[in-house]
This record gives sequence, structure tokens and C-alpha cells, in this order.
Amino acid sequence: MIRFALCSAYMALIYAFIFLPVAVLALFSFQDGRFPIPPFRGFSLRWHAEVLADADLIAALVNSLLVAVASSALALALGFLAARAVATGALRGAGMVRAAITAPLSVSYLVIGLGLLASLNLMGIGLSLGTVAIGHVVINTPLCFAICSAALGPATANAERAARDLGAGEIRVMALVTAPMIMPALLAAFLLSVTFSWDEFIIAFLLSRFDVTLPVEIWSLLRSGLNPKTNAVGSLVFMLSALAVLAVELAAARRK
Amino acid sequence: MIRAASIETRDRRRALALAAPALAWTAAFFALPFAVMATASLWRRTDTGFDRRPSLENYADFWSQSAYVEAAVNSVEITLAVTCLSVLLAYPLAWIIAVELPERYRRIALALAVIPFWTSYVVRSYAWSLVLAKKGVLNGWLAAWGLGALDLANSRAATVIGFTHFFTMLLVLTIYASLVQLPRNLRLAAADLGASRFQTFRFVVLPLTLPGVAVGAFLTFALCIGDYVTPQILGGGNDLALPQLVMLQISRRADLPMAAALSVILMVLVTLAYLAMARWMRPR
Repeated sequence: MIRFALCSAYMALIYAFIFLPVAVLALFSFQDGRFPIPPFRGFSLRWHAEVLADADLIAALVNSLLVAVASSALALALGFLAARAVATGALRGAGMVRAAITAPLSVSYLVIGLGLLASLNLMGIGLSLGTVAIGHVVINTPLCFAICSAALGPATANAERAARDLGAGEIRVMALVTAPMIMPALLAAFLLSVTFSWDEFIIAFLLSRFDVTLPVEIWSLLRSGLNPKTNAVGSLVFMLSALAVLAVELAAARRK
Repeated sequence: MIRAASIETRDRRRALALAAPALAWTAAFFALPFAVMATASLWRRTDTGFDRRPSLENYADFWSQSAYVEAAVNSVEITLAVTCLSVLLAYPLAWIIAVELPERYRRIALALAVIPFWTSYVVRSYAWSLVLAKKGVLNGWLAAWGLGALDLANSRAATVIGFTHFFTMLLVLTIYASLVQLPRNLRLAAADLGASRFQTFRFVVLPLTLPGVAVGAFLTFALCIGDYVTPQILGGGNDLALPQLVMLQISRRADLPMAAALSVILMVLVTLAYLAMARWMRPR
């Protein structure tokens, strides 16, 4: 009984700590006043409306989606192919290849971003959404590689060998046998990459110029100090992510 | 015989072709930039550009200027505090979810524990600045209970709170993962052999989950010490952390060589943390 009470009390405390900022953020996005701090003056949708009417924010949101989907697709392709190469066992120095591809995982995003910024400057390449995507492919390829590697095993290798014996070429083996067999892993890798890219700030901040992604646009909003509009952006992003998660969960439930 | 050898060569070539795009990408956009950074850290900024003769002067500057050393010390202190606090807060919750809670509630309890992940990283730090502001929610509550106000806005404490919030969520996931892998029989056996609950935890559960905790703690250390957003939003302008100083070199002083040198020092700190923790990360 005491044990149960202790556990419940601890859970309540930690969950309160975890939810507190998000709850405050959401509540004061409805503030009918200029400051998102107590007292709460009443319910208003005016800040949400202001966000949806803000062309810069909407453009940044679209940019973020574009960068996330494009960079994740490329990272998944690179990671999947490399994972297959390592899984065949035919590669010489497979351990080195694995280490080389997963190396970016151990380096801070700030350092990756700065390095790319310096190199692009030296090469005379201008900053754009494309350079942001390049950076995001760098951080997401190791992730996709690791997830795909974990999914490839003796089962996929046997099926691939059978398909090859039956005369399928390498591309058909990959598209018709390997990919469908590890589809859940491919989806997971893609979605995780999209999430990381969507939320990534420092690389996008360093490698973008005129067109920016959503976190960078929100960053420039922060310069105006505490502002219910920032609350509204935050809660809208939250709802968008919640809907996406729900959609994925429903899709997964349906597949079963 | 010749045929077998040629098939082997063909397979090897094919595998190399598959790995080539990822390797080429990593070489061009990760390894090369990294080499550029390391090289640039040996340059010097001049009034007109860079002096490209290699020298260790940036590193000498780092040691001789107290502002730089202080930032590194700040970063290490903040990161160590965050890592310890997050592990201490996350372990009991992961334990409750993995062991005490009936199985059918586990998924929902875990999902609830990471709900703030769904909002943007930048916004999460901003949300804490709302809570901790001078006239914010926290001080509102304290006043309602007749307690004095806390001045947490723009302080190191605010940075630590913001970080601890994020990494507690992350560590609940990693520690939960190592706790559920632990067979229940091990705890039952220890209890059968007369171990008290504390002894079972101390001598059975803790040693077996230590590698998972250590990996999570190292992840926390590495991500925390390299983060610019949280100290910048919550910590304010004084008492800078290392990444803030790096960004300052870029944005205010256009001193790429110094920024590169500071980044190298950041990497060295992460490597040291890895070496210090590596022996806990391996299962024994």
C-alpha cells in the first residue's frame, strides 16, 4: 500500500514536471492580452489566427516539410544501399565501412554545421535550402543505415539468393524482395529522419540564408521576447505532430 | 575454381558499388568539412582574412584568456549536473513503468512521458522561459502560497532545468529499454535466496542495467555539451556555455579559426567523457 502510494506520488510529480512547460505554453497561446504570463485574461484565438496569417511562418513550414522529406528520402536511399552492402558479407573491410558511415552520430550538430559552413564558403557555394538538406542527409544517413542494418539478416539474405537463382537482377531483388521484407524498418527510418530534420535548428540556422526552415523562423520570433504568438506557433506544431503520430499509429494498427 | 573466384570478385564489386554513395557522401560532407575545421583551427584571423600558416595560437589564446576557460568549465559543470539529475529522475520512473505498472498501462505511460517531444526543440526552451520568468507561472504559484519569488530567468539554474526536462524524457526511454529486457526470474531468484529488495536492486538489477544507463548518460553528456539553443534561450548573456562562445566567434567576430579551435576543444571534451564512461557501457 505504501509502495503503491510512493510510486503514484513519484509518477505524479515527474509527469507534472514533464507536462508543465507544454501546458503553460498551450494555455497562454489562448491569452487575451499581450503577454503570455499570468494572470490568464480570458480565451482568445487571435494569436493562432495571427500565426496562420503570417506568410513567413507558413513559408518556413513548407520549407521545413520539403527539406525533411527530400533529405530523409536521400538519407534512406544511401543508408539502405550501404546496409545491404555490409549485410552481404562480400565487402572487404566491412567494419571500417560501418565505422565510417556511423561516424557522424558521435559528432555534435554544431560542429557538423560549422564544418560544412566553412567548406561551402571555401568552395564558393551559396547557402540555400539545398545546403540545409545536405547537412540533414549527413546527420540522418547513419541513423537510416543503423536501422536498416538491424533489419537485414539471414532471412532476407536467403530470400534474396532464391530470387537471384530464379533470375532476378540486382535492382529487382532489391525492389521486389528486400525492400518489401523490411518495409517496417524502412518506414521507421524514414519517419525518424523526417522528425529529426523537421526539428533540427543549428545546422539549418548556419546553412540557410533567405529561405529558412520553421525552427529558424521561430528563433527569429523569439527576439521579440515573451509573446503569445510564439506560444501559438508552438502549440500548432504540437498539434501537427500529434496528428502525424496518430495517423502513423492508426496506419500501423490497420496493417495488423 | 576460376569461376568461383570471379563470382567472389563480382560480389565484392557489387557490394562496394552499393556502399559507395553513402561513403562518398560521408567523405564529401562530413570527413572533408571536419578536416577543413581541424585545419582552420590552426589559422589566425587577420584584418583582411586568414593567416593560413599553421600555428597553435588559437589554443594558446584559449588557455590564456579566462573567458574561454570559464565557458568550458561552465559547460562541463552544467552538463555534469544535467546528466546526474536526469539519470536520478528518470531511473525511478522507468522502473515504475517497467516493473510496478501492470503491463497493459506501460505503452500509454511511456507515450505520456515523451509527449513534450512533439513540440519543437526551440519552443520547449522558450516554454521554460515562460514558466521561470520573473512574473511567470512558477513565481505566481510561490506568491499564492505566500513564498518569496525566485529569480531564475536568465540563469544557469534555468539552463539546467530546461536541459534536465529534455534529457529526463530521453533517459526514461533508454533506461526503460534495458529494464524490460531484464528477466523477471532474476529478481525472483534473488528474493528466493534471501536478498532484501534493496539488495536485489543493488546487486542484481543495477549491475545488469548499468550498460544501458551508461550509454544513455553518455548520449546526454554529448548532446548537452554541444547544444547552443537551451543555454542561449534560458541562460542569458552572462555565464556563457562553450557553444554560445563558438557562435559568438562566428556571428560577432567573424573569427572562423577561433570558432574551429573551440569546436575541436568541444570534441575533445566529448571524447574524454566517452573514455571515462566506456568501461561502464560494456556489459560485464
